[in-house]
Amino acid sequence: MSKTYAKAAAPVFENVNFNIQKGEFVCIIGHSGCGKTTILNVLAGLDIASTGHVIMDGREVAGPSLQRGVVFQGHALMPWLSVERNIAFAIESRWPDWSRKKVRDHGQQMIDLVGLTGVEQRKPAELSGGMKQRVGIARAFAIQPKMLLLDEPFGALDALTRGTIQDELVNIVRRTQQTVFMITHDVDEAILLADRILLMSNGPRAVIAEMVINTLPADRTRHNMHHDPQFYRIRNHLVDFLVQRSRRYTTGELARPQQPLELRPGLNPDSETNVIH
Amino acid sequence: MLAALLSVVLLAILISIWHLATLPKETAAGPDDEYAKLMGKRTRKTDGFPTPLQIAEGAYRQLADPFYDRGPNDKGIAIQLGHSLARVGLGFLCAVLFAVPLGFLIGMSPLMYRALDPFIQVLKPISPLAWMPLALYTIKDSAISGVFVIFICSVWPMLINTAYGVAGVRREWLNVARTLEVKPLRKALRVILPAAAPTILTGMRISMGIAWLVIVAAEMLVGGTGIGYFVWNEWNNLNLTHVIFAIMVIGVVGMFLDFLIGRVQRLVTYVE
Ligand SMILES: Nc1ncnc2c1ncn2[C@@H]1O[C@H](COP(=O)(O)OP(=O)(O)OP(=O)(O)O)[C@@H](O)[C@H]1O
Ligand SMILES: [Mg+2]
Repeated sequence: MSKTYAKAAAPVFENVNFNIQKGEFVCIIGHSGCGKTTILNVLAGLDIASTGHVIMDGREVAGPSLQRGVVFQGHALMPWLSVERNIAFAIESRWPDWSRKKVRDHGQQMIDLVGLTGVEQRKPAELSGGMKQRVGIARAFAIQPKMLLLDEPFGALDALTRGTIQDELVNIVRRTQQTVFMITHDVDEAILLADRILLMSNGPRAVIAEMVINTLPADRTRHNMHHDPQFYRIRNHLVDFLVQRSRRYTTGELARPQQPLELRPGLNPDSETNVIH
Repeated sequence: MLAALLSVVLLAILISIWHLATLPKETAAGPDDEYAKLMGKRTRKTDGFPTPLQIAEGAYRQLADPFYDRGPNDKGIAIQLGHSLARVGLGFLCAVLFAVPLGFLIGMSPLMYRALDPFIQVLKPISPLAWMPLALYTIKDSAISGVFVIFICSVWPMLINTAYGVAGVRREWLNVARTLEVKPLRKALRVILPAAAPTILTGMRISMGIAWLVIVAAEMLVGGTGIGYFVWNEWNNLNLTHVIFAIMVIGVVGMFLDFLIGRVQRLVTYVE
């Protein structure tokens, strides 16, 4: 698919084409403004691509749906509702015939999950940036969607909280076999969470240039993954992309691929990175 | 605290000046002569501009028996106020029922906004009293005409503010509602209404202010009952004490109405 905002302008991105398997965790990394949020909005059904379309479970995505839970970049909480009511609003939308008690219990479970126990009655304005973001996450989790779309969900969190919630996310996702598409700027976070990492070149006319398969063992944790030599190979590959290649795909020094190059930098480091350089 | 003290001091100064200015010896020949001439042959002896003490006395008498009713031209202040408040309340309520839904429609649809904008722009600056003859002619009832005039003057600020507030609801909240597949009516009541409520209430506050200004003039015009009619009637009786007392009552009640809506406004206001 591609997206063009103004008629005369160059497309923000083009030739974007990828699949997500059921139960898979996919991260997308790219510089600010390359069109990551736009892609996510198209996947969510909130925006439409200028060309191309999105297919989920054999059906074209025609609009937003409860099947896809979204955590927005700017948390998007309703400021007139308390934490509890914000989450309850989502739960009531998903299961309109649930009793009040059932809604409250389920909501409380979600609040406990993201570690916000005790601030249920506060309004979003009385929360820190990270707490607001956690409410947004709880709200998306609460409706048990088939797929989660996360737009930099941990962007506003301090390192400590971030780690805790990342672990929670890993837990929930592994337990529920949740399918996730997540935008992040954090290379380590992508390596920890993702099965596959999409690398987006700079805009305009951005493309998904490379697709890195995460070959680290599935049971990796924040604490042990950096002991694996693969970790540094993957990490270097991603950082190299961000500091150099993302720009060179745009200037034309590197040919724009029609399909993202599928790479496993963790396994055979030298040959693959050499191909690109 | 300091401000309150200063207010009291200022009030005391104002009353003293008033008191000094209306001391009996100063109501000399000059103005009185003209006044008498102006009043022509009605030959009602006035005792000049009332002093603060006379006002207080008059106010006390009025407030001691606010509900008396001695025929069409002599009713207690509370009864007159009640008539005015009923008219304002009814007209205001009709305006809410009309302006809020229509404002929603205009705010949600840019097409409707552009289509209705010229009408609003032309109708808005018309003095509500200019509608009075038309209202009297078509409705043929002075009481309902008063209500209509209140309706007409309250409707514009509410309509404009509702449309503005609804159009300005943050996109991300609407997106949340969309991803949750919220039905249109529920979206209107649970997302758009609370999001736009502070702006709508601001419109209502402006409307109420205007309505309270207009009701006095309208009642002077149609007569019969109401605080406006009371003022006019007391002027005809050359009872300035009552006129001044009524002016103060109008001010206090207006302040109270504004305070009421301000309270509601505070309830629906949120911090982003
Ligand atoms: N409504 C819009 N109208 C015109 N241009 C837009 C609009 N929304 C986004 N853009 C442009 O599209 C490009 C991609 O925006 P997008 O929000 O998808 O970036 P992003 O990759 O999510 O950036 P960030 O990492 O900073 O969130 C930007 O250059 C932006 O200027
Ligand atoms: Mg973004």
